[in-house]
Amino acid sequence: MSNTADSTGPTGPTGPIGSRERILARIRAAVADAPDAPEVTRDYLDTHTPDAAMVDLLAENLADYRALVHRTDSATLPDLLMRLLAEHGSRTVLVPPGLPPGWLAAADPTRIHDREASTARELDEVDSVVTGCAVAIAETGTIVLDGSPDQGRRRISLVPDHHICVVRVPEQVVASVPQAMPRLDPTRPLTWISGPSATSDIELDRVEGVHGPRTLEVVLVED
Amino acid sequence: MSGTFVGMPSFPRAAKEAVHNKTLRGNLRHATHTIRDKRAKAVAELADWAELREAGKQIKDHTLRHLDRYLLQLEERVTAAGGTVHWAADADEANRIVADLVKATGESEVVKVKSMATQEIGLNEALEAEGIAAYETDLAELIVQLGDDRPSHILVPAIHRNRAEIRDIFRTKMADWGRAAPDGLTDIPADLAEAARLHLREKFLRAKVGVSGANFMVAETGTLVVFESEGNGRMCLTLPETLISVVGIEKVVPSWRDLEVFLQTLPRSSTAERMNPYTSTWTGTADGDGPKTFHLVLLDNGRTGTLADEVGRQALRCIRCSACLNVCPVYERAGGHAYGSVYPGPIGAILSPQLRGTQSEIDASLPYASSLCGACYEVCPVAIDIPEVLVHLRERVAGQGGKGHRLEKAAMKAAGWVLDHPGVLGAGERAASKTRRLHPSKLPGAGAWTRSRELPEMPAEPFRDWWKKNRKPKPDGTSKPDGKKS
Repeated sequence: MSNTADSTGPTGPTGPIGSRERILARIRAAVADAPDAPEVTRDYLDTHTPDAAMVDLLAENLADYRALVHRTDSATLPDLLMRLLAEHGSRTVLVPPGLPPGWLAAADPTRIHDREASTARELDEVDSVVTGCAVAIAETGTIVLDGSPDQGRRRISLVPDHHICVVRVPEQVVASVPQAMPRLDPTRPLTWISGPSATSDIELDRVEGVHGPRTLEVVLVED
Repeated sequence: MSGTFVGMPSFPRAAKEAVHNKTLRGNLRHATHTIRDKRAKAVAELADWAELREAGKQIKDHTLRHLDRYLLQLEERVTAAGGTVHWAADADEANRIVADLVKATGESEVVKVKSMATQEIGLNEALEAEGIAAYETDLAELIVQLGDDRPSHILVPAIHRNRAEIRDIFRTKMADWGRAAPDGLTDIPADLAEAARLHLREKFLRAKVGVSGANFMVAETGTLVVFESEGNGRMCLTLPETLISVVGIEKVVPSWRDLEVFLQTLPRSSTAERMNPYTSTWTGTADGDGPKTFHLVLLDNGRTGTLADEVGRQALRCIRCSACLNVCPVYERAGGHAYGSVYPGPIGAILSPQLRGTQSEIDASLPYASSLCGACYEVCPVAIDIPEVLVHLRERVAGQGGKGHRLEKAAMKAAGWVLDHPGVLGAGERAASKTRRLHPSKLPGAGAWTRSRELPEMPAEPFRDWWKKNRKPKPDGTSKPDGKKS
């Protein structure tokens, strides 16, 4: 257990009492007389959406935040990915190690593999990235990546300017945030993505396109 | 540099200047009204908003009651996941810890994710004094940093700047800090965002050390959470080799599941979105993905003192959404700078005097920087009764003997400023008077933690009416109250 107060110098006239102990003691003194706090009552809803409406709502909310949404089946997925990469003019595409090999079978761009040794500058030269996802949330129009082999390191879906994310429907789709939580592993680094990079910093109005991928395409694959 | 709050005039003086600045008032009015209407729509989408709000409040109250236990659990989990935890009693200690950690990497620059905690402790200035350049990467923070300015809003620190002013700052200042603004830069927001993208990209790509705060820390898993929009946060959290996060101790929540409440209420309350574009969660370090070294600096800096106040401790529930700023009639007129703190607006008026004490003139005047209209409480996603704490802090200021008398006079001047600008009160107070009747005197379902106290009653006679009746004109044409404060 680390305690920098001991390593970075004295913390007060009283001697080597670490800030950790001081803060904990202050907390205990501060709440000593406070009544016990109740367990949390969770009267909020588990979902706001009927199951049948889930996928359409996902598509609608993704599009509302300016993601480009495509719907297809697994047989035509390779052709669709080929077309999307071509339309974006991509010459190179980043590929996570566990991306299903068939997905890019028809695609023309040169494959760049997700390697630990790659530098951020090298990734910045790549035109596009194709990933899977861990879960998609209909009510918020969110896709969540968890670094699994079909998604790769966090930076590969960040530095290239064009991200295509494939969602398997319906098995990867949940209605709501509360339904997503138990399906995610908090020990993995997670990235929740809701539309392309945006900012509200100029007059509190949303503008798409800052540091993350400025084009986000989400492909919903349903058989 | 001018970007400091030291030596700030008290609220009434600063606010008086601000209300006469037409550009500032126009900028604030436009921005806050835009976001206000959008927030109402985003909240209306959730039929269970009241239940989410109550759960959020209870989660925070429960955590605060057992804060020692959850911090120790957090420390254990972060350490087990490969991180190192440091404890900082105050701003100086936190700054020293961060500066030493940066120096140990051999680097002389860091990229920063927008963080209220690091602003609160003046980390950038402390690092600068040690020869370390700290680059803000959030668009609004960049505007503030390039303009040698001070933040005026929790979420959008450059809310006081309109697009034309931002363009001018980019044109004249970007070159001093790195890549210059593109030739012929317009004031179209998309072009301004593009200029920021180009300017900051070179800094992201070479960065070795990132500094962040966090919106939440999960005790049971050791997970940190950052909500953001632009992707600058992801850049700072994943590209550098070393990540240092400075986080207030009140940011911990017990369980992973608790996040499901705030993931629904925070984006809707802050940017009025169903979800912000990017949320990152990380637990210690991950093999081959992201920083190899992770340090968490847990910051007290007045929080334990705030926790000791039975009424005031609810301010520690704050999740920094800034909804209270956007609905506040006083904030809209006075602007964020008048509050003399990185925490402006209604939440700042109760947080700053508690974190810093009420000894200075500005801190003594802050509890009076309000008409007690209650709009802030209405929109707060964790149900902080800001008017109740304001009244409580006014009592504290009034009770300060000797020097306190002078402070109370300064504070009453602030009240006078608010009350002499009827437009400031406007719709806010009227709306609150109507809804105040609906407020329960005790919050339902909260149990003993809140049962220990009553919510303040809305006075039958609005304070403003009392003020009008009880003040007499002075010979110089100004007026002052005649009766005792009710």
